[in-house]
Order: sequence, then structure tokens, then C-alpha cells
Amino acid sequence: MKKLIFIILLKVLFLNKSYALIEVDITRGNLDPLPIAVSPLHVDIQSKDYKDINIKELGNNISEIIENNFKATGLFNPLKKEAFVQKPDIAHLKPRFEDWRLIKAQALVTGKLLIIDGKLKVEFRLWDLAAAKEMTALAFTTTPSNWRRVAHIISDKIYERLTGEEGYFDTRIIYVAESGPKSQRVKKLAIMDQDGAKVKYLTLGNELVLTPRFNPTNQMVTYMSYFRNMPRVYLLDIETGTQEVVGNFPGMTFAPRFSPDGKKIVMSFAKDGNSDIFTMNLETRVVERITDHSSIDTSPSFSPDGKFIAFNSDRSGLQQIYVMRSDGSNVKRITFGNGIYGTPVWSPRGDLIAFTKMRKGKFYIGVMRTDGTGERLLTENFYQEAPSWSPNGRVIVFYRETKAGLKGEGFTAKLWSIDITGYNERQLKTETDASDPSWSSLLSK
Amino acid sequence: MGRSLIYSLTFHALMILLTILSLPFMLREPIDLPAIVSVELIQISDKTSIPYAPKARKIIEETKKEEKRLVSEQAPPSAKAKEKPDRIPLPNEKKEEKKIVKKKQNPEEVKPEIRQSSEFEKKEIVDTNQIAALIDKAKEEEAVKQKKSDKITQSNKKNSFATGLTLSEEDALRAQIFGCWSVPLGLPYDEDLLVRIKLNLKKDGMIMKSEILDHQRMNKPGQKFYKVLAESALRAVRLCQPLKVPPTGYDKWKEIQLNFNPTEMLRG
Repeated sequence: MKKLIFIILLKVLFLNKSYALIEVDITRGNLDPLPIAVSPLHVDIQSKDYKDINIKELGNNISEIIENNFKATGLFNPLKKEAFVQKPDIAHLKPRFEDWRLIKAQALVTGKLLIIDGKLKVEFRLWDLAAAKEMTALAFTTTPSNWRRVAHIISDKIYERLTGEEGYFDTRIIYVAESGPKSQRVKKLAIMDQDGAKVKYLTLGNELVLTPRFNPTNQMVTYMSYFRNMPRVYLLDIETGTQEVVGNFPGMTFAPRFSPDGKKIVMSFAKDGNSDIFTMNLETRVVERITDHSSIDTSPSFSPDGKFIAFNSDRSGLQQIYVMRSDGSNVKRITFGNGIYGTPVWSPRGDLIAFTKMRKGKFYIGVMRTDGTGERLLTENFYQEAPSWSPNGRVIVFYRETKAGLKGEGFTAKLWSIDITGYNERQLKTETDASDPSWSSLLSK
Repeated sequence: MGRSLIYSLTFHALMILLTILSLPFMLREPIDLPAIVSVELIQISDKTSIPYAPKARKIIEETKKEEKRLVSEQAPPSAKAKEKPDRIPLPNEKKEEKKIVKKKQNPEEVKPEIRQSSEFEKKEIVDTNQIAALIDKAKEEEAVKQKKSDKITQSNKKNSFATGLTLSEEDALRAQIFGCWSVPLGLPYDEDLLVRIKLNLKKDGMIMKSEILDHQRMNKPGQKFYKVLAESALRAVRLCQPLKVPPTGYDKWKEIQLNFNPTEMLRG
């Protein structure tokens, strides 16, 4: 009992003491990219070359991919390797923090790799240089040909540790690869890593393909293709390459989007001459009507909790964005600005809706809150559309057509990405012209 | 029975005491009003309608006499002698008087006269000794209030000259940390983003010990961002070493708390 009273008295004294503190409020900081040093990964001497993979170069290659990923975010500033002060193997054991601080780095990535018995083992450490401590350390074992993915996964882990957000590097983007003149355009389905590497063409280009969409839960896509001039929806498993027909939908202009659980698709097509919104259960193939209105309702998109659907409608005269419950009730118009709004896409975080806006002959990609407030136009151009979110809801990818040729007679279509802050707009490199991008969820999830 | 009752009573009393001492909202903040400066708004008419109070009249007459004396000291008395009140004015002088009367009707031109009268009033009201006494008193009161607030409130501590840093010293420190703090960009907008860091400093501004005050929040599920934010704040402080602290008064700032909050900045 005496002890208790003593403790309470101590606490009282302590509290009184804490009041004597001077407090200083820090409400601002700098938004400059964080200086980070990515040391080349140390290659263990026991390693042997594996097939066509040059093990000596692998350490450099992986660190280069990590560096490029960070640079592309606009949030990090990878420092030049010439300035590095320690050899990779020693740095990986225990960096000399004060030396690394001298080159103005705030974080350091070190690593080690080894190929033994046909397996690639990569470990990495992230160091907080100011606090002189390790922030995270992980090791991965995989087949050596997967080294690129390992680099992306490491990037994700570091990004997550430093920003508090999930990363988006171990992802892929599916798009429509275009070639040829406008009248005889060849459109193929293509897929690549988010950094533009490992491009793979999924269709031959005999038939026109449009608007591929990723399933948020796995690596399945839906896309639309014309079969005997009839729009047909396909379901494609990217891992296995198997493909099936979902159905023929006359009067369809966009491919369906998946529900957040991946079990349903939501789409719009014309029935009895009027376009409305429908869902289809992929297991039972039962189609359910969601809207029944004399106006044209198109491009529906589920909210990540599956409770709401955002869509386009011209029921007020001009095409605007509406939100309703997923059963079709409680329809609410959310855009009231000047111009025409289209292609609403709900952010995977659930807080924003991305859209395309057309006004006075210009196209804008923008975001707004889900109630329509806080509209921000991120980018303006002559023609651009089809926004798609990165899985962490931080970056938007879209495509932009620009005039090409000396006299502006032709045009090129390219994929672009932009941060939701409106900064860091950059073009994604693709072999051919590209349109209709769709960003996958994290592969390693 | 009796013993346990005593324990219970003691414990309850202690709990109440603890609550009163530790919960800042239980305390009434002392009203920290600045010394009142009363301002009277007076509408100035062409001519004052208030007759001078007998006391005022005496003072006015005295000052007039003094003025006269002063004048007589400076100017030859012969000039004064000319102004005889019972002298019949000449026609020219009459005209001048009329002009003056006319001027009185014009409010703009009467100003000097009004000023004169107000000066008399001031002379009556304003007593410099009294003002000095008032100022001294106000200072004393302020000092007492500060002492009181030092004991009780936390918010009044900030920017207080008596407790530690002056405003310019605080600003210097703040500006230094602004430069070092790389704010993580993945923060949610609608969460509490306050990170409180307590520092123990050496005399040269180097950090002896740093402590995140809400560190238990760092490992809570769904609060991953908080860990990142707290770490970024800690990194900023370490990068800024040595902190820009005043050369004197070490005892006052050897312990300092920094409240990092990027909410304002993120909302733009």
C-alpha cells in the first residue's frame, strides 16, 4: 500500500515536471525527394552463372532497377554511385553511418546475393542513416530468372517502410498495343511490368481489342473484342493463357470491370435500344439489371468495399458522373461542373474517384472525392482518357494522343502516369503506340 | 472494516487529487488579459456646451495666470498693457471679431480653439506621475499573472519569455527543423498526425536523448503511417544536430518537446 501511494506521488511529481517543458510546434517540412543511396548488391563468391544470367552483373542490375523504381515515384532521389564511400560487402555488414551522412543520404539500401544449387537467394537491408540503425531486412529465394521481380519486391518493401504506403512496383500493366495508320489500325493486347520491361503480346491482332481490365484479386483480365462485328467479352487468365468467352453483348462500348471480390463483373450495354448498367455473376452467369432509365448509362465502376457503383449518365442533359448503391438504389449526381465528365474509376483506397473531363475542346484527367467535392484536374491535353489506378491509389496511368509528323498529319498514342498530387507526370516507354491501360494489383500479394 | 474504509477514502482522495493535477481541462485557465486602456469616444461639436467644473475652472485660471506670467517674462509688459478689457474696441477691431465669430461657425476652422479647450481638459485628466504608477502596477500584475500561469497552464508556456526561449529563438529553431524534415507523402489526411518528441539536449545543442511520447501508437494495427511519420520527425531532429539553441539559460531548455504536425501542410 505504501508503495502504491509512493508511486502515485511520484507520478504526480512527474506530471508537474512535464508541464515545465518548452514546446515548439513544427508544422512544416520540405517536400523534396528523400535522398537515398542504393548500394550495388554484393555477389557472394560461391555463386555460379546460371544459364544466360551473368551473376557478376546481377548485383548491379538489381540495384539499378530499385533505383529506377524510386526515381519514377518522384518521392526519392537516388544518389549517384560514384559518390559512394563504402564497398557493398562491408556496407551490408555494418555501414559507417557518418560517412554515408556526408554524402547527404538519409537512407541506405545494401544487399547480398548468391546463386547456389540453381536457386537465387537475395537479401537486403534498409538503414536509417540519421538514427544509425537498421529499419528492415529481408531475404528472398527464387529461381534465378525471377531476379527482376525480386528487385521490384525489394523496392515495394522499402517504399512501404519509408512512406507508410503499400508499394506498386511488383505489378503489371495491360494495354492495347497499336500500330499502323488510323484507318487500318492493328490493335493487340499487350502486358508489361510497370517499369516497361518484359513486354508480352497476348493476341495476334487479327481482331480489334478494346479496354482490358484487371481483376483486383488475381491476374485475370476481361477485354472486349469484335467477333463478326459483334462485341464479345473475353476472360483471360494471364498466368495460364486460358481464355473463355463471357458473352456477346450488342451495343457494348467498354469492357466490364470486376467487383472488388472478383466474383462479379459490372458492365453497360444496350438492351432494347437503350444503354443501361448490368452485373453478371461469373460463377452462375446470371445477368442482373442495375439501372433502368431512358437515358444512356455507361462505364460503371465499383467502390473498393463493393457497396457503391459510380457511372456515367446523360439523364440531366449532359454526360455527368453519378453514384448509386450497388443494387441500383439511391442514385445521386456528384458532378456539377462545366463540361462533360466520363470514365469514373474508384480509387483502390476508396477515397477518390478518377475521371476524364471534356471542356472547350480539351481533355483533362482529374480526381475528386467520392461525393463530388474537391475536384482537382491533374493534367490537360488535346486528347487523353482512360485513367487507371495503381494498386496503392497513389498514381494514375492513362493514355494520351498527340499529333505527330511534321505537319501534324498523323498521331501517336502513349501511356502516361501522374501522381495524384498532380506532380511527376511521365511517359511510360512502350515499343509501340499504346492505349487503354489497366494496372494490376500487387503480384506478390 | 475501519481500516479498509480509511484505505478507500485515502485512495479516492488521491485519485481526485491526481485528476485535478494531471488533467489540464479540469483547470480553469487564468484570464490573461492585457492591462486595460480605456478610450472614450467624444463627439466634437463646434462649441463646447459643458460648463467648466469649478475645480477645472480654478486650474484653467491658474494655468492662464502661469501662461501670462510666462508671457510677461518673455515679452515686454508694454505690449500686454495695450489689451485692456474695458477698452472700447475700434471699428476695425470689431470687424476682426465678427470674422472670428464667423470662423467659429465653420467647424473646420474652429479646430485650434477646440484643441485649446481639449488641452485644458487633458491637463486636468492626465497626470504623468499617475500614469507611471499605473504602468508600474500593470507590470507587477503581469508578472504575478505570469508566475501564476507558469505554475498551472501548459499552453501559456509556449512563447513565454519567462520560461525558456524567446520568440526569435523559437523561430530560429523551428526554421532549422523545417529544413531538415522530409515529410513522408503517403500520409492519410483524416487521421491525427501529431508526433510529440521529447529531447534532452546538451549545452551545444547536440541531442543526448530523444523519445517519442506516443510510441505505443507506432505498433498499433492500421497506424503504420504513424511509425513512418514519427521516424521521419526523429530523423529530422538528428539531421539538424546541433540544434540552434540560445547560448544562455541551459536549465530552461535542456528538456524540450517538439510537436510535429504536417496536417496543415498536407491540406495545403
